[in-house]
Amino acid sequence: MVAITLNGRAVEVAEGSTLLEAAMAAGIDIPTLCYLKDLNCIGSCRVCLVEVEGTGLVAACNTAAAEGMVVRTDTPQVAAARRANLQAIMDDHRALCATCVRQDTCALRFLSSTFNLQDAGDPLPVPEPWDAAFPLQRDSSKCIKCMRCVAICDKVQHCGVWDFTGTGPSTKVIVRDNLPIADAGCALCGQCITHCPTGALTARDDVGRIMDAILDPAVETVVQVAPAVRAAWGESVGLSRDEATPGRLAAALHAVGFDKVFDTDFAADLTIMEEGREFVEFLGSDAPRPMLTSCCPGWVRFVKLHYPEFTAQLSSAKSPHQMMGAVVKNTLAAEADEAGKRLFVVSIMPCVAKKYECDVPELATEAGTDVDAVLTVREFGRLLRMVGVDCAALPETPFDNPLGLSTGAATIFGRTGGVMEAALRSAAFLITGENPDFGVCDTTDATPETPWISRELAVGDATVRIAVASGLENTAKLLAALKSGEAAFDFVEIMACPGGCVGGGGQPIAFNCELASDRAGVLNRLDAGDALRYSHENPDIAQLYADWIGEPLSHTAHEWLHTDQETWQI
Amino acid sequence: MGRLTVEPAARADGRMGEFVEAFARRVEAMPPGQCPVGMMLGQLQASMAQTCGKCTPCAQGMPKIAALLRDVAEFRATEATVGEIRAKAALLRDTADCAVGWQAGQMVLAGLDAFADEFASHVEAGQCAPGTRQTVPCVTQCPAHVNVPAYIALAEEGRIAEAVKMIRKDNPFPTACALVCEHPCEERCRRTMVDAPVNIRGIKKYIVDTVAADTVETPAPLPVTGKRVAVVGAGPSGLTCAYFLGLMGHAVTVFERRDRLGGMMRYGIPSYRLPRERLDEDIRAVLAAGDITVRTGCDIQTDQMRELTEEYDAVYVAVGAQGGKTLSIEGVDAAGVMSAVDVLEAIGDERYPDFTGKNVVVVGGGNVAMDCARTAVRAHASSVTVAYRRRLEDMTALPSEIEAAMAEGVEMMCLQAPARIEVDAEGRAAALVCQPQRIGAVRGGRPAPVAASRPEVRLAADLVIIAVGQAIECAPFSEFGMEHDRTYLCADEYLRAPGLDGVFVGGDCQWGPKTVIMAIAAGKTAAANIDHELGFHHELDCGAAVPPARPNDRTAYGRVQVAERPACERKRDFEGVEVPITDEEAAQECRRCLRCDVYGIGALTGRGLEAW
Repeated sequence: MVAITLNGRAVEVAEGSTLLEAAMAAGIDIPTLCYLKDLNCIGSCRVCLVEVEGTGLVAACNTAAAEGMVVRTDTPQVAAARRANLQAIMDDHRALCATCVRQDTCALRFLSSTFNLQDAGDPLPVPEPWDAAFPLQRDSSKCIKCMRCVAICDKVQHCGVWDFTGTGPSTKVIVRDNLPIADAGCALCGQCITHCPTGALTARDDVGRIMDAILDPAVETVVQVAPAVRAAWGESVGLSRDEATPGRLAAALHAVGFDKVFDTDFAADLTIMEEGREFVEFLGSDAPRPMLTSCCPGWVRFVKLHYPEFTAQLSSAKSPHQMMGAVVKNTLAAEADEAGKRLFVVSIMPCVAKKYECDVPELATEAGTDVDAVLTVREFGRLLRMVGVDCAALPETPFDNPLGLSTGAATIFGRTGGVMEAALRSAAFLITGENPDFGVCDTTDATPETPWISRELAVGDATVRIAVASGLENTAKLLAALKSGEAAFDFVEIMACPGGCVGGGGQPIAFNCELASDRAGVLNRLDAGDALRYSHENPDIAQLYADWIGEPLSHTAHEWLHTDQETWQI
Repeated sequence: MGRLTVEPAARADGRMGEFVEAFARRVEAMPPGQCPVGMMLGQLQASMAQTCGKCTPCAQGMPKIAALLRDVAEFRATEATVGEIRAKAALLRDTADCAVGWQAGQMVLAGLDAFADEFASHVEAGQCAPGTRQTVPCVTQCPAHVNVPAYIALAEEGRIAEAVKMIRKDNPFPTACALVCEHPCEERCRRTMVDAPVNIRGIKKYIVDTVAADTVETPAPLPVTGKRVAVVGAGPSGLTCAYFLGLMGHAVTVFERRDRLGGMMRYGIPSYRLPRERLDEDIRAVLAAGDITVRTGCDIQTDQMRELTEEYDAVYVAVGAQGGKTLSIEGVDAAGVMSAVDVLEAIGDERYPDFTGKNVVVVGGGNVAMDCARTAVRAHASSVTVAYRRRLEDMTALPSEIEAAMAEGVEMMCLQAPARIEVDAEGRAAALVCQPQRIGAVRGGRPAPVAASRPEVRLAADLVIIAVGQAIECAPFSEFGMEHDRTYLCADEYLRAPGLDGVFVGGDCQWGPKTVIMAIAAGKTAAANIDHELGFHHELDCGAAVPPARPNDRTAYGRVQVAERPACERKRDFEGVEVPITDEEAAQECRRCLRCDVYGIGALTGRGLEAW
């Protein structure tokens, strides 16, 4: 331990701690912009300045606490220096706060009001051209060069999409090699968006399209919500985790004006039926190991762009919301048609990559595109605020049926390990005819802090080797181990975002708060409290097979619910 | 009122000196990896700070060029902009009244040519050229990329053994380099902006003087791979390669022609600079690193090379440049004329020559010439003279070596081009006759000597030592099938011998006689690439972690220099000439390090210095 004096208080901090970490531990708030814990401690914004006796002003994020240091974070001199640097940042920022989607979550705007900043002088920076159709949007004129996107994309997500170039005043963040973003190997995980302190990086806004559909009398709007949305949607409308229940979520979706409100959880159960059967067949085959999950389009993009040699090992199952879209379009179109309406399926997703996925032409069925538009949870929040839904006052209502009933197994799809856990619950049943214990299938120890977790399970006579990873750097490590033969598995679950969809790039943003694990807790509690916890026990799933599909992997199932990711264009 | 005053007319002139000096130091510390476009803009702005503004080309032309350069630097320019810069710079060069103007124009034009690719990247690709990125200066400048700030910080904390381990992560010869490295790491040291470069070699010497390298354990070798690698040549490059491959778990056999190990560190550098017992400290540690077998007295010829490539999974050829070049002048075959390589090789085997009563003339101006001259002094020569065809400041030897030689009584005869060696009746050398030179125009970056209209000079010489460069003996390897460019063996950027699977080549035999640290860098590179070629990607743990940085000490200090024994005393023996620096001196010098791996761009790019 190292003893320092912090604002007159004697405190002890662990050796190697920075002054910022020391202050946080002591409950002292130091403003930051560029600092991103463990990933980007580069001292570039100079907003976390503190005063060290005998040395002067230093960046707290980049200065190690040393024995006997006397540090002040709260003097007028410190405040003035922070303010001057903030003003310099603001002078280079096109502060169009009134129309910025990050106005409520912008770290710079927050500090700007705290530090009483002035308007930037003219001329304001001009945004560089950008591909407006791409799901990831960048406004260079709002970039403050904090390099957090560079760090997270390179160190956590293994894609290295972002880079910087130039020196001095010409330094700027660019897409690697100045490539068009669509060609830069971006998985569309959206982690750069959720870690951008300002509105420089955003997801393409599709709220307008959804409003048009809702307002069009010739359109029947069908909405579905991903498992992880129920864990986070309340954050963007000011509800506590206790208030933001799935029932209130269903009610809110109705209140916005959607005609039918379904639950992607239903399709998650359907995914388990298909992928579970596929896995059982895979186990009996000599196909190359392992089979890889396919629910996460960020992961599918990643594997296609960076490790194409593994693409053939992806499960052919579509992701749950695409399955849901296909089922909706194929089973409800006739009814809508009779009413003179056209179906428009909207997915509310914690995800940016799904904005890409829904437009992949190879996914369409005879009934057309599975999903017509994808909204992030943030866009959903904006929609709720725009329509003026008083969410806290809403009664809890169920999702619409028949595509609204689901199991706890489906709910945990939203966190790392959840797909595997749900699959194990049902695969064991498929093989042995008996439901396994929940404890045997448990994957709650999966975390982005370790590259992957693995397990060997006895299922009937077989031993099944499984692994779970989230975050693409972790994924890259796992794939490298598979390639070198250091690791060998039968079934591997990958989610692109650290912690899974609960940490998704489409989730609400809280500056420097990693909420994935809190949100996973919500899903785990919902699962534990659910009467149904095995996908194969969902009665509406059985009904769907009886009425429409026949059985898993049937011809219809292949037509509606499966795909060949190798054919997807990126 | 008088007619004249002793005060300068511009009162600031008197105060400007230290700013000019600080400006010069700042330029000297130009960060490696800096974008040349930005640098040229800065250069032109410096020119603008020097112009008087009298004439149109400077007053109006320079700001226009600067604005255009800024457009290029900030990625707003087109190819037409570059054309415009060229035209305006040519106008400045051709029409300016004085050098402040025309030299600035010339500099811009030279830069446009020298950095054509970088300009094109700014204009066409909208980004700096690939690889343009500031880095940690000392780490980048060191050919082996030793993590200098880390070992300095460890030394500052008194964690000396860990400092040795940190150096060894990239360089298994901490002692040899502490004593003889030419320390390119210091060339762009950012501390120069404050006062002077950190004495990095001095700190390294403090480290190995405090804790002998062979008392610091090397990392445990990784599991045995079953692969066998042959290394030809036990110099710094071969032994470095053997060391890292041994740690990676490969079985290494080193073949050495001579009886002892160390190559030019033993047979080229005299012991008063690198005492043999100090070199042995490094070598003992190297040989302890895994499965390394040494076969001395093994002269690898063409047939043996064939056998090695058949028997081993990979071969690294690092035979150095052992042959002395000679002069083609009359009398060069006379008795008493010898090559530098022969003189130094003998003392490598501790056969010290006796030049008592002899007049010795050394031909050459490099470090080897100084080594020979200082060796001759120690061999009791009655006079030692260095004859060199350029000026003292043109010598390629380190200034400290030249000064030390002069302090030991060596006479420097500059601007003397050897014309012939006078031979006596017994066929023995009697004198070196030189044609005096005068220094002329710069050619190829160096001022060239031309014959002066002065009579020949006769330097009495019983012994003439020719130290004008070394050559490689490449016949066995070229006959075996290795490509060579008449002088040296060829390799690609990964040190692979073209057309020969599993054969690598590096060090002096590949790029000509260079420095110990460059040979080490080649050995490290070869080890990494051999490991890769054998199908591995081993990562080694050096056993020391990088300590956190304390805030920069901004006080300007003098640079601590390594002291030497008095010249009159040291010139009588072959013992080491340098004196250890004290704990206090080392502590002060360590504190001067600005930790560029943590502060500045290092915060972004410093990560990963732990890995190769």
